[in-house]
Amino acid sequence: MKFKVNNNEVFASTGGRPFDKKKPLIIFVHGSGLTHMTWVLQTRYFAFHGYNALAVDLPGHGLSNGESLKSIEEMADWVNDVIDAVGHKEASLVGHSQGCLVTVECTSRYPDKIKTLSLMGGAGAIPMNPELLSLAENNDPKAVDLMMDWAHGPAGHFGGHPVPGLYHINTGTMLAKSRTIQNTLGVDFRACDNYKNGFEAAKKIKCPTLSILATDDKMCPVKEGKKLASLIDGSQVDIIDNCGHMMLLEEADRVLTVLKKFITTNYPPLSS
Amino acid sequence: MSDKKKELKPNTYKFDTLSLHAGYQPHKNAGSRQVPIYQTTSYLFDDVDHAAALFNLERGGHIYSRISNPTVGVLEERVASLEGGTAALATSSGMSAIFLTVMTLCEAGDHLVVSSQLYGGTVNLFRLTLPKFGIKCTFVKPRDTEGFKKAIQKNTKGIFGELVGNPGNEIMNMPEIAKIAHDAGIPLMVDATYQTPYLCKPFEHGADIVIHSLTKWMAGHGSSMAGILVEGGKFDWMQNDKFPTMTKPYEGYHGLSFAEEFGPTAFTMKARAEGMRDFGPCLSPQNAWNVLQGIETLSVRMKKHCSNAEEMVKYLSNHESVAWVSHPSVPDHPDHELAKKLLPNGRGSMIAFGIKGGKDAGVAFINNVKLASHLANVGDTRTLVIHPASGTHSQMDEATLKFAGLSHDMIRLSVGIEDIDDIKNDFEIGFRAARKPRLVSNQ
Repeated sequence: MKFKVNNNEVFASTGGRPFDKKKPLIIFVHGSGLTHMTWVLQTRYFAFHGYNALAVDLPGHGLSNGESLKSIEEMADWVNDVIDAVGHKEASLVGHSQGCLVTVECTSRYPDKIKTLSLMGGAGAIPMNPELLSLAENNDPKAVDLMMDWAHGPAGHFGGHPVPGLYHINTGTMLAKSRTIQNTLGVDFRACDNYKNGFEAAKKIKCPTLSILATDDKMCPVKEGKKLASLIDGSQVDIIDNCGHMMLLEEADRVLTVLKKFITTNYPPLSS
Repeated sequence: MSDKKKELKPNTYKFDTLSLHAGYQPHKNAGSRQVPIYQTTSYLFDDVDHAAALFNLERGGHIYSRISNPTVGVLEERVASLEGGTAALATSSGMSAIFLTVMTLCEAGDHLVVSSQLYGGTVNLFRLTLPKFGIKCTFVKPRDTEGFKKAIQKNTKGIFGELVGNPGNEIMNMPEIAKIAHDAGIPLMVDATYQTPYLCKPFEHGADIVIHSLTKWMAGHGSSMAGILVEGGKFDWMQNDKFPTMTKPYEGYHGLSFAEEFGPTAFTMKARAEGMRDFGPCLSPQNAWNVLQGIETLSVRMKKHCSNAEEMVKYLSNHESVAWVSHPSVPDHPDHELAKKLLPNGRGSMIAFGIKGGKDAGVAFINNVKLASHLANVGDTRTLVIHPASGTHSQMDEATLKFAGLSHDMIRLSVGIEDIDDIKNDFEIGFRAARKPRLVSNQ
């Protein structure tokens, strides 16, 4: 659906169900340079099981208007503004990669609003390789190719998508190239590189938190994810074998199963 | 040691590796090194919730082999990877892949612009069968690039053509025709059966949907029927209001908008969810496996097909019984330069040639060759010949034959990978027989 946040028209997938204010809200925040479509194998399930599932396109990404936000802090405030814009008082947040930085920061800033936090391929900081950052900021498509290489584990490089017929490296590439690279990936990478508050923000989080990590994640390795999780009281950690950073596609079923159990337990759906 | 900083390079797998491995992970299949043949109709659900989630596209997986099958799924991913596409859907034949593509794209009242030089069966689909579904077509000669633009109407939903036309070897100027299509807000669909992704990747030249009869070079051994449609993922279905079935809520899946939910894979998702559900031209897992065996050696075979074809072009061009030879490798072929650009790895193994003595000589030639097989297929490992006017295109009337660029003296040759001397020796037998009736009649 399209709606306005701070007078800018933005898009969020509702997982194929109409938005219903009575249902609890889950907001899914995508990674650098990507869009709401990375969440398709998680959002539809929640949308059909008692939740409003909003997979947002950050400003300037996917189908959202406006310019990309330049810092993780701005993105965190923007997620809070989304909650207000759709008329909710609280939400559960799910983030992937850069989306983890955003949701960690948002949860620390608005602790009364955020009821659960789910982090996939998260870390307290995501310093960027300088050459990769430079390629993205110079609009070089090689930045996307490198990101897709590093973001998929060895098994993911062979394919084996859970949805028959989909080849996820090429799909991810197409998503990341759907808008001007320097305006999406370039801005996002710079925002990740500049963000230094992740570990401090994590210490302030009190809501139930889940971290899903993957053994073959080169972009946010398991040890970094564990370090972040260790700073959050009572944080749960689930580690997926033979999987890379794009776990929400590479091991979509496993991710959904873990996420479903965590969210429905800690933030129950509206009973039908 | 040099202190020069090492340049970052993506380490994604290359063509020959993908041909062998893409789409398959042994550790998820009992460690089986070879792709298993999932010879089953249906798949157990974990519970009622799991079943509902699969039916509602909430999670990936298999329900019923008409819709998807794990063996077929490996083939689909493998071809998508080789083409540089986002997704693919395999079907029971190349024709069903074309039909499914059109029915996913169009509704009654829609119009398509179509290249006139196509396989005879495809011509009949567009000329005679699709109008029964309310879908009309305007045919344009493949070299008439401006003609494609002029033929576009308000209700035109796409442009379709074979990259190298069957059987005349006329080449569509794919980059220019893609631009015409995109300027009009419609997709370009290309049947690239003759090329395989080894010779040409149409997505790199602007195509949006690529179709193959996998029966031909991809499978390669003349054993199995199969087809596939592959999606490039770049086409923006939401740029205009021409494609409501892609962009508007679809009643068949609780108001799902394919374009919003699936973006770069929306077309394939719709083709599977709607087309395979309703039409059901599914590929058998055994045939999918057979095609996978062929794809494992695709680049090796295509090199040999192309080198043999170039040898045959030289042989035929210098032969006293041959009136003309059409192959993009011939310097005076009208599309020679375009072929160099679009087909850098080889110009393919389909040759059309005219035999002196016309139809009677053609019939005598075909009836007398021993090694070359006379049959209605192309892209076998074996050399194949046919006389199109009396075979593959025999259902066309005289005017349609002419418009399709066919003549009565034309022989269509699909060059195999046998020893080149054996193919030439066999053709000598055919040419001798072809000359005989004329010698008799001249006496």
